[in-house]
Amino acid sequence: MAQPCRLPAGGRIDRAKPLRLRFNGRDIEAYAGDSVAAALLANGVRLVGRSFKYHRPRGILSHGSDEPNALLQVDRGPGRIDPNNRATVVEAADGIAVSSQNHWPSLEHDLGAVNDLLSPVLPAGFYYKTFMWPQSFWQRVYEPKIRAAAGLGVAPHEADADRYVHRHAHCAVLVVGGGPAGLAAALAASDDGARVILADEQPEFGGTLLHDLHATIDGAPAGDWRAQALATLAARANVTLLPRTTAFGYYNHNHIALVERVGDHRARQDDRRPRERLWQVRARQVVLATGAHERPLVFADNDRPGIMLAESVRVFINRYAVAPGRRIVFATSGASAYAAAADAKAAGLDVTLVDIRAEAECGPGPAMLRARGIDVLPAHTIVGSTGRKAVTGLIVAPVDANGIVGPRRTLACDGVGMSGGWTPAVHLFSQSRGKLRYDDAIDAFVPGTPAQAERSAGAARGIYDLAACLADGWAAGGGAARDFAATPSPTGFRPVRALPTDADAKRVKAFVDFQNDVTAKDIALAVREGFESVEHVKRYTTTGMATDQGKTSNMAALGLVAEILDRPVPQVGTTTFRPPYTPVTFGTIVGSARGALFDPIRVAPLHDWAAAHGARFENVGLWRRAWHFPRPGEDMHAAVRRECRAVRESVGIFDASTLGKIEVVGRDAAEFLHRIYINAWLKLEPGRCRYGVMLKEDGFIFDDGVVARMAPDRFHVTTTTGGAARVLAHMEDYLQTEWPDLEVFLTSVSEQWAVIALQGPRARDVLAPLVEGIDLAAASFPHMAVRTGTICGVPTRLFRVSFTGELGYEINVPADYARAVWEALWARGQEFGITPYGTEAMHVLRAERGFIIVGQETDGTVTPDDVGLGGMIARAKADFVGKRSLARPDMLKPDRKQLVGLLADAPDLVLEEGAQIVADPHQPIPMTMLGHVTSSYWSDACGRAIALALVSGGRARMGQTLHVTTPTGFAPARVAAPVFFDPKGERVHG
Amino acid sequence: MRHFSLRTLLTEAANAHQGWARQWRAPEPKPAYDAIIVGGGGHGLATAYYMAQEHGMRNIAVLEKGWIGGGNTGRNTTIIRSNYLYDESAAIYDHAVKLWEGLSQALNYNVMYSARGVLMLAHNQHDVQSFKRHVYANRLNGVDNEWLTPEQAKAFCPPLNISPDIRYPVLGGALQRRGGVARHDAVAWGYARGADALGVDIIQNCEVTGIVRGSDGAVTGVETTKGPIRTPRIGVVAAGHTSVIMAMAGVRMPLESFPLQALVSEPVKPVFPCVLMSNAVHAYISQSDKGELVIGAGTDQYVSYSQQGGLHITTHTLDAICELFPQFSRLRLLRNWGGIVDVTPDRSPIIGRTPVPGLFVNCGWGTGGFKATPGSGHVFAWTVAKGEPHPINAPFTLDRFRTGRLIDEAAAAAVAH
Repeated sequence: MAQPCRLPAGGRIDRAKPLRLRFNGRDIEAYAGDSVAAALLANGVRLVGRSFKYHRPRGILSHGSDEPNALLQVDRGPGRIDPNNRATVVEAADGIAVSSQNHWPSLEHDLGAVNDLLSPVLPAGFYYKTFMWPQSFWQRVYEPKIRAAAGLGVAPHEADADRYVHRHAHCAVLVVGGGPAGLAAALAASDDGARVILADEQPEFGGTLLHDLHATIDGAPAGDWRAQALATLAARANVTLLPRTTAFGYYNHNHIALVERVGDHRARQDDRRPRERLWQVRARQVVLATGAHERPLVFADNDRPGIMLAESVRVFINRYAVAPGRRIVFATSGASAYAAAADAKAAGLDVTLVDIRAEAECGPGPAMLRARGIDVLPAHTIVGSTGRKAVTGLIVAPVDANGIVGPRRTLACDGVGMSGGWTPAVHLFSQSRGKLRYDDAIDAFVPGTPAQAERSAGAARGIYDLAACLADGWAAGGGAARDFAATPSPTGFRPVRALPTDADAKRVKAFVDFQNDVTAKDIALAVREGFESVEHVKRYTTTGMATDQGKTSNMAALGLVAEILDRPVPQVGTTTFRPPYTPVTFGTIVGSARGALFDPIRVAPLHDWAAAHGARFENVGLWRRAWHFPRPGEDMHAAVRRECRAVRESVGIFDASTLGKIEVVGRDAAEFLHRIYINAWLKLEPGRCRYGVMLKEDGFIFDDGVVARMAPDRFHVTTTTGGAARVLAHMEDYLQTEWPDLEVFLTSVSEQWAVIALQGPRARDVLAPLVEGIDLAAASFPHMAVRTGTICGVPTRLFRVSFTGELGYEINVPADYARAVWEALWARGQEFGITPYGTEAMHVLRAERGFIIVGQETDGTVTPDDVGLGGMIARAKADFVGKRSLARPDMLKPDRKQLVGLLADAPDLVLEEGAQIVADPHQPIPMTMLGHVTSSYWSDACGRAIALALVSGGRARMGQTLHVTTPTGFAPARVAAPVFFDPKGERVHG
Repeated sequence: MRHFSLRTLLTEAANAHQGWARQWRAPEPKPAYDAIIVGGGGHGLATAYYMAQEHGMRNIAVLEKGWIGGGNTGRNTTIIRSNYLYDESAAIYDHAVKLWEGLSQALNYNVMYSARGVLMLAHNQHDVQSFKRHVYANRLNGVDNEWLTPEQAKAFCPPLNISPDIRYPVLGGALQRRGGVARHDAVAWGYARGADALGVDIIQNCEVTGIVRGSDGAVTGVETTKGPIRTPRIGVVAAGHTSVIMAMAGVRMPLESFPLQALVSEPVKPVFPCVLMSNAVHAYISQSDKGELVIGAGTDQYVSYSQQGGLHITTHTLDAICELFPQFSRLRLLRNWGGIVDVTPDRSPIIGRTPVPGLFVNCGWGTGGFKATPGSGHVFAWTVAKGEPHPINAPFTLDRFRTGRLIDEAAAAAVAH
């Protein structure tokens, strides 16, 4: 018979929409509106998983996101398989295949269950006490076995086929939770047109109203009130309703992160629709109406499939029209289970209720149930259960006021609903850094003083009565005080820890944390061993650290610790709640930042030209830069040699647009640069350029670049490619915090100016016909000068500078015109064999001249003097950033690492960049290292390989032979001056 | 101290584990000790253990304002390696690795040191140069570290995506095979148990509120929430709150404190065999024995004592993880937390004497302190016991920020972790 446990009528499922899913290869019929858990129960499936440690058979404990047991792999097709889904949260959808996890060879027959038999030697923390001998076995034998046994589901092996999106929103009030309190809060908050977002993790709003069939609100059935409230909210344009949306993180400044499940509940993934959407909301006010979680009772074998939470039994019956059993025993220490028992009886099930409390404590509940023909056993404890893969009976015994346990009897049953009270869901409140307060009356932590603009409402702060919840929610939403009339909710509850038992409590398994298999005796063991802080207990036993993050177990564990230590609960404390409230898909957090959008690639305006001309590119920070331009048949080495030759012999063209550019303007611009750089700026004439070096406060080189004075109050500063952003931030930092009196304005113009470097003896010949308004003659436009004019009719800042050692220009033009100017230069240069060159040739050319690259010759530990630039320091300056640090004793030592040239004895040996240098390659390890190779290339101009290196006391070692590491040993090399070509630097003046 | 072994475990199993004693006592403070360690994290507990074990100082106490191991010891991603660039760093971190290798046996507490290898990925030419510099320097220092091609990296770490088409293709990697992970809580507990057995008083929920000094300026004791305690020697090992403690003695520390985040996924069956780090895209990842992917994120940009970082930091890290491992996109974030790291100007620790006689400090481990725990405790124990630094921590003075003799691993390597 299909769906043998489906009740003939009732529920919120849509019987007109049947659907079919698969569980472990078996067809499961269900209806739209079912959760996977409801569908499984409707089909009589009780056993749905195996526990983490002991591989105990497990069923469905709850009906919501607190579920610790029923974790399934869900398969929605290729690239859409994922593990560890809670069956109580996944909506039944046509065609999905779900399967159980963590067993071998099968769910029914799992060899891992041997751990259950071995459990006497596997108490909490057993692994800290053994697996230590022999030493090598931990990693080779024990750990691999433990790893294979642990770990729940199987990680996907294919890339995720789904897509995820992000939304950001602001609102006046964000209401988290759409139960009675949340609905009332949203109604009140949106009444005057304020923007309100109402989010609830379930597919439908209403919370308990979805399964409380008998309550009335303001004289009408609660279900009608719910429908009316939703209709009102939906009709308000200022209200955004987000069902299936879990608020999982509460960050600073009322920044709330929520995940909306958009796609998974649909039968077939609509390809245009994302799977999930991350909402990041900034709310002026947050209302947390997140409800409460029911607590299991702690007794021996309380984990058998079929034993679930009492309220969950009620939800399955009323909301899903599923009978979780035909003979159900409710076991409770409080009043709420009485309503569940009555509803079960009304659904035609055989019901018994066992209450730990004495008859006198139970209030009107027992009479109410007995009137319905239900057997009620007050003053009874539960000492165990029978069955293996499904519960077959609950073993109870009378218990008197002194805790004396009487004779046992077994109540035959196929379902148990247990209730150990309620725990307010204070997770988000705690995340917001609000202080929790322990409420003795309900034996739970409730929100105390908020840390942000937040109010908790309803069951989330321990208010369980329906009318009180509504009034509380209404007030939290900012409504003027008003009363609601509603059916009184049953009240009364006695906190219990481990239930009294006649068995040896030291030897039974009474579970506290179901998923991680933590029992009451594990908690006791931890405390016995000195783990008294609740954080210690948690870490030693792993209680509360499973995928449910202890929603059903934390209070039980805490209560047990308090009981054993005989201390009040607040003195034991509570653990800090961390985001996320429920697990969140990585992909949802990543959103669209995948592939090309992971870190968007920055390209210069001439990138397409380079690509069309065969460039190979390299990543430099976020940039993609032309590395070299190989011709057909050329390798990198040949291409770079050719490019270098062209620059030395005729003319090369290079895209230098990635250089950072900062326009420094204002009355005090010169004074500002004077303090930022090590060298002097006050007397630089407009129209002239100067190479500048800047330090950080620690005295080490931070960045360098050419600076041009365009006008008395205007400088065009260039930085390294990688330094653009941090130099601007560095400058702003000093300007705003150290020298706010200076009148200077900083503007990044890196992307406004494209820079075309034209370098080589024929550079002027190529340039001349295209430039107007600038006299290019060497006498009137010397090296290290800047002019403004036009090129190809485009305004330009034309720099005469050189990073190659040749006559050269850097042509700054507005980025949009870069391609046109480049093409004109390219056409004009054809007769001179103009050659595009990339970053590698640029590196070689500058190394031949001994020019440093910040980040290659320097590494944050290098002073100007170390790289031979000590002479640039304007000694007369009163101060500049880093000046004081340069006077520290260690900065003046003669054995500092200094920049030198290095020529391998084998002229064609290109040393490895990063190779270490020693004086004696035969010394014992650890060796004394003198320095390392910073740059190393084949140089055609020198006819040999060249290298730059930082070597301890290097300038005093000229001519010495040192030894440089190679992949196979050492190579001898001679220390030389760090200039290999045109030592007097005459070619730039050509 | 009850010996831990399979035999005692079996014996106790027969006894329903009723015979296990406290792993460390819960004493009230005595009026005076020969030395006091402020801070019951891994470093502080290790210090106390080695002071008692190697220097015979049994009349000492560890004062912890909360519960032991509750700070960064219990919040880090447990990565252990020693392939640092500079001689000084390589020496101290390798000293630690050597102690890690036998630590479970030394403490008779399984700290689960798992030398599964730490692989650091190079994604650009600068990384390649920097990593080779490390590999060569480590080789000459006797520290294992080897350069791998992308194919070799993939063979070592099969889930790795070495496609040339990803945003930052893998150009190679540096592998330290002796690197790995350990169980962080067990390190604190193991040292606590070992120290306690040697007579050390471990006093929890005891916050130091003042440092008392005599007329000559030397320390004479501490004020605490459990009353005053006399002592001639104080070792401060308080990580992110070191500045606060040292200020009680009038010493300003060159430290900045930042929130650093980490996260774990839901547990899955073994899928990740090693530790993998990528500084260019900022991701590091391993898999715990329980099955969770353990992922390190970055620090917030601003200083703070709030143990909660921004979501954007986590986001950026997960972006990088899913770029390198697109198959992990459907896994779920289970827990995300923060700790406060204390960072020095050169990103290397400060271990040694202070201008105040009798006051010693061990701090500034930044984002990488866990791996150093045994070595740090070992040399600091020497320092406090003898009143002068062990040769290994001699370079890590507070004074170096005055002399300029920095040990700047972050600058040198662009590897700050």
